[in-house]
Amino acid sequence: MNTLNQVEDFATSIADVDKANVKVDVRALNFFYGKTPALKNVSIPFARNKVTALIGPSGCGKSTLLRTLNRMYALYPGQRAEGEIMLDGENILAPGADLARLRARVGMVFQKPTPFPMTVYDNVAFGIRLYENLSKVDMDVRVEEALTRAALWGEVKDNLKGPGLGLSGGQQQRLCVARGVAVRPEVLLLDEPTSALDPISSAKLEETVTQLKADHTIVIVTHNLGQAGRVSDYTGFMYLGELIEFGPTEDLFQRPATKKTSDYITGRFG
Amino acid sequence: MSASAAKVARRRLTNVVFEAFCVVVTVVALAALAAILWSLLSKGIVGLNLDTFTLSTPAPGSRGGLANAIVGSIMMCLLAMVMSVVVGVLAGTWLAEYGGRSAYGSVVRFLNDVLLSAPSILVGLFVYEILVAPFHSFSGFAGSVALALLAVPVITRTTEDVLSLQAATLREAGVALGAPLSYVIRTIIWRSARSGLLTGALLAFARISGETAPLLFTALNNQFFSLDLRGQTANLPIVIYNFALSAQEDWQRLAWTGALLIAATVLAVTVVARIVAKEQRRS
Repeated sequence: MNTLNQVEDFATSIADVDKANVKVDVRALNFFYGKTPALKNVSIPFARNKVTALIGPSGCGKSTLLRTLNRMYALYPGQRAEGEIMLDGENILAPGADLARLRARVGMVFQKPTPFPMTVYDNVAFGIRLYENLSKVDMDVRVEEALTRAALWGEVKDNLKGPGLGLSGGQQQRLCVARGVAVRPEVLLLDEPTSALDPISSAKLEETVTQLKADHTIVIVTHNLGQAGRVSDYTGFMYLGELIEFGPTEDLFQRPATKKTSDYITGRFG
Repeated sequence: MSASAAKVARRRLTNVVFEAFCVVVTVVALAALAAILWSLLSKGIVGLNLDTFTLSTPAPGSRGGLANAIVGSIMMCLLAMVMSVVVGVLAGTWLAEYGGRSAYGSVVRFLNDVLLSAPSILVGLFVYEILVAPFHSFSGFAGSVALALLAVPVITRTTEDVLSLQAATLREAGVALGAPLSYVIRTIIWRSARSGLLTGALLAFARISGETAPLLFTALNNQFFSLDLRGQTANLPIVIYNFALSAQEDWQRLAWTGALLIAATVLAVTVVARIVAKEQRRS
């Protein structure tokens, strides 16, 4: 399959994503773990205030793509990205980009809940304190707001001084979402956020995601095709480091343009 | 069929013999340990009374205790712990979080392991050369430095091990909020690893509390009570060494008492370290 042609094909299907409404535009991105290529010439737009799902079999590069969007990979020597990732027209891969500021704008929630070893309150306040000097009262408001948006306030409002690690797995994950949205990022990256959760917690989190897109551009990596169908507006299917197909979720699931995509979503491989 | 039955019988016999051997050897080792503890306890407890903690080491035949040695040991060990925790935790953090995978990191780790098993008398000699000989004076400060040099590799090692066990995602989660890595390490990773770090420090303390050789060249001894670490400083290990070898019976008794105090302290510290480590596993 000719990758260049592919990119042009996308140009047409991407037309559905209004150009002016592209929050993050990935252009011809290549990624390497040492010498091993993990992403090959990937171009994909992420629409403002929409949920875009990345699906594909294990090792296809979807998490890698996610980790380029906040340059998390920069923590590890030997990992590097080539190409352009435009965030509001500014290339975040350019040398000299302020990584801390970038990550404050592009938040991330991980596969496994990662509450910090501190109270529920301090978990949420942690990120806010990095960039803002708020009074106790203002901070209380921000913490409550974040927990409310993550649909966790009702369950923890009487236990804000309790340890974050004392919450259940599903609550911990929503605490991580609250912590992420508390710093008011423009983009929120979710890396298989429900894979460690039970079905009820997963459903709650999905609901949360749907509500969050009013204020955030959301990219979600998921192995759960049903979840991609339920929460996302756009879906990208990746395979072996390439973006095979991208489009509005409904189109991709109901009228997949390539055989690979249709094989994957009908469960013939993966 | 019968051949296989014989085989089974032989295997059973081998099993019984091996198990019996293990049990016997374990009993021998435990018996030796029990004998040590018993002689320590029975001979040490005789001399243990209020004088032990209030009076300084006596001249032959007069009344006395171990107060100067106890206080000297505490001061030197505490100062050594302060120095070694600072250096060890920072070095261990560097190895675990920053430079551990570089060639320089491997060299540092290797040298630390060498230092970990370095004979303590060499460390004493080294400190003698740099801190005692040039100033023509033994000092408690030099003793602290020698003890710190023994504690640093232990703390560096445990710090690296404990920090490496912290989930990479915890580090990433902190960084993902826009915090600089150093801030994440100080506020999240250290906190998450705190009981492991404390355990490492306690083990290092247990290691240095009974060290004699490095103090022979550095702090030496002082028969008077003194809080001045710039001069010779009394300490339990050397008092034990001197008194145990003497012909004076009351001195020998004090040596046993001092040995009991050290053993009891090490035991207490080890127990605390175990409890702390258990807490860590539970949370």
